[in-house]
Amino acid sequence: MSAGDPSISLRKVEKSFGPITAVDGLDLEVPAGICLGLLGPNGAGKSTTMRLLTGQAIADSGEIRVLGYDLPRESKMARARMGVVPQLDNLDVDVTVEQNLAVSARLYRVRDVPAAVDRALGLARLTDRRKDAVDELSGGMRRRLLLARGLVHEPDLVLLDEPTVGLDPQIRTQMWTLIDDLRTRGATILMSTHYIEEAERLADEVAVMAKGRVVDRGTPSELITKHAGRETAEVYGPPGRLAEVRAAAEAEGLKVRPAGPAVAIVGAPRENPVIPADAVWRAATLEDVFVILTGEEAE
Amino acid sequence: MNRDEKPMRRLEPAAIAGVMSREVANFRTFWKATTFSSLLEPTIYLLAFGLGLGSTIVASVDGVDYIEFVGTGMVATAVIFASALPAMFGTFVKHRFQRTYDAILAAPVDVEELVTAEALWIALRAGFYGCFPLIVSFFFGLVPTWGMLLVPFFGFITAFGFASFGIAVAGTVSKIDQFNYVTTTVITPLFLVAGTFFPIDQLPDGFQVAAQFNPLFQLVELVRGAAFGFETVDILRVAGLIVFSLIMWRIAVRQLGRRLID
Repeated sequence: MSAGDPSISLRKVEKSFGPITAVDGLDLEVPAGICLGLLGPNGAGKSTTMRLLTGQAIADSGEIRVLGYDLPRESKMARARMGVVPQLDNLDVDVTVEQNLAVSARLYRVRDVPAAVDRALGLARLTDRRKDAVDELSGGMRRRLLLARGLVHEPDLVLLDEPTVGLDPQIRTQMWTLIDDLRTRGATILMSTHYIEEAERLADEVAVMAKGRVVDRGTPSELITKHAGRETAEVYGPPGRLAEVRAAAEAEGLKVRPAGPAVAIVGAPRENPVIPADAVWRAATLEDVFVILTGEEAE
Repeated sequence: MNRDEKPMRRLEPAAIAGVMSREVANFRTFWKATTFSSLLEPTIYLLAFGLGLGSTIVASVDGVDYIEFVGTGMVATAVIFASALPAMFGTFVKHRFQRTYDAILAAPVDVEELVTAEALWIALRAGFYGCFPLIVSFFFGLVPTWGMLLVPFFGFITAFGFASFGIAVAGTVSKIDQFNYVTTTVITPLFLVAGTFFPIDQLPDGFQVAAQFNPLFQLVELVRGAAFGFETVDILRVAGLIVFSLIMWRIAVRQLGRRLID
C-alpha cells in the first residue's frame, strides 16, 4: 500500500444470498486516518460489507482491496493488520479477561504477548479485572473487553460492527469515549451503525447505506446541508391533522417524514404558506437526512 | 511493530498454535471433570463386563483373560467417545451459539488452520484419555509392556480421523438434533463391531469383512498387539488409520469451510 492509497476500497461489489441481494454494486473508499461511519437501517448490507472485508464472505463480483491487499486472495495478510470488534459478544466466558486477550494476541502473531495484554487492558480500563472470568463481568465491561481484544495487536485499521448495539445509554457513552480516544490517535476506523447519534458523534465522514449500496456520503454537516437544508418544521396534532399537513406539504414538493408524534417538514423556508403557524422549528439533523435517504425510521 | 510481518502461507504453525492455545485455556477450566469421567467410566465397564461377564459366562477369548480382552478393547471406545462427540458438539456450539469461529476467522487464521488445530487438540486429548482404560486394566491384572507406549500414538491418529469426522458432521447438519442420526447410524455400529466386547470372528462373514473397514477395529487390534504381541499386518493397520484420518481431515476442511464462509 503506497502513501495516499485508501485503507479500504470496494468497487462495484455485489453479494447475494439466494434471492436476496445484500450488497448491490457497492462503491466505497475509506482514506487512511479517518473514522467513516457506515450508517444504514437493519438489512442495508452493513454487516455483509464487514464480513466481505474480513474474508468471511466472498463477493460474487467486484474488487475489494484492504490495506493494499486484494481480497479474498490476500485476505489473511489484510486480517493480520486489521482489528475487528463484532456486533455480537463472542468472548470465551469461562476463561479470564487476560486469557481472552492473550489468545487473541497469539492469533495475531504478536511477539510480546504479556506486553500487548497489559496495553489492551489499560486501553479498556480493565486492568484491575484481568484475573476475573468473563462471565463475572458486567455487560459494559464485556463490550470494553471486545474492543480491547480487537486492538490487542495494534491494528492499522479497525472495523467496528455496531459497537454499541443493545447497550444502555451509560455504557454506550463509555464505549464512545473509548472509540473517540482511538480516533484521536489516528487509527483508521470503519464503523457500521444504525444509531444516528453514534455516527454524528464519532464519524469524520458518514456513508449512508440503503439496499446494499451507498446512497450518499460526506461529513454530517455536508449531508445535512445537502439533503435537509438548515431547518426542519415539526407539526404536532391529532393523526387527522398530521395527515392533512403531510398531504399539503407533499403536494408542494416538500420533503416530509414522520417524527414520533409529529410530522417533520424538512428544508422548507419559514415563509412557505403550507407550514402551519404553530410548527416548531429546529435545526435540521442527520436523522432527517437518514430518513429521507433510506426511507426508514431512525433509532 | 510488535508483530510478524512475514508473508503468510497455508497451515502456518503459529495460526494452529494460536487456536490450540484457546482450547488449552478453556480446557483448564474443565479438565478435572473430564479426567474424573475418563477414569471412572472404564472402571465401571471393566467391573461390569470384565468381572461380571468374565466370571460368569466368558472366562477368556483366544487365550486372553476376558477382563484384559475388554480392557484393551475399551481404548477404542474411549478414543471415539473422546473425539467424535466433542468434535461434533463442540464445533456446532462454537460456530452457532458462541460464535467463536467468527472471532478466530477475523484474525489471520483460515478454515484449514482452524480445522487442523481443533482436530489436533481433540486428538491429543483423546490419545491421552484413550490410555486410561489400559491404565485401569493394570489394576485388574493386565501386564504392562513396552509396546503399550505406542498406544497414545495409535489413539492419536485414530482420534484425529474421528475428530475430523465430527467437525465435518457439525459443518454439515443444520440443527443439533440431527447428531442423533449420526450417533445411531454411524458411531454406535462402529463401536459395537470393533471387537471390544467380543471377537469379530464370531460374526457372520459380511460383518467380518465390514469390520476390516472400521477404524475402531483396527485400533483395537493395534492395542491388543501392543499388549499381547504385534504382527506384521499391524503396519498396514497404522497406514490405514493414517489414510482414514487424512481423508476425514480434508472432508472436515471442506464442510466447515462451506458453513463458515458465505
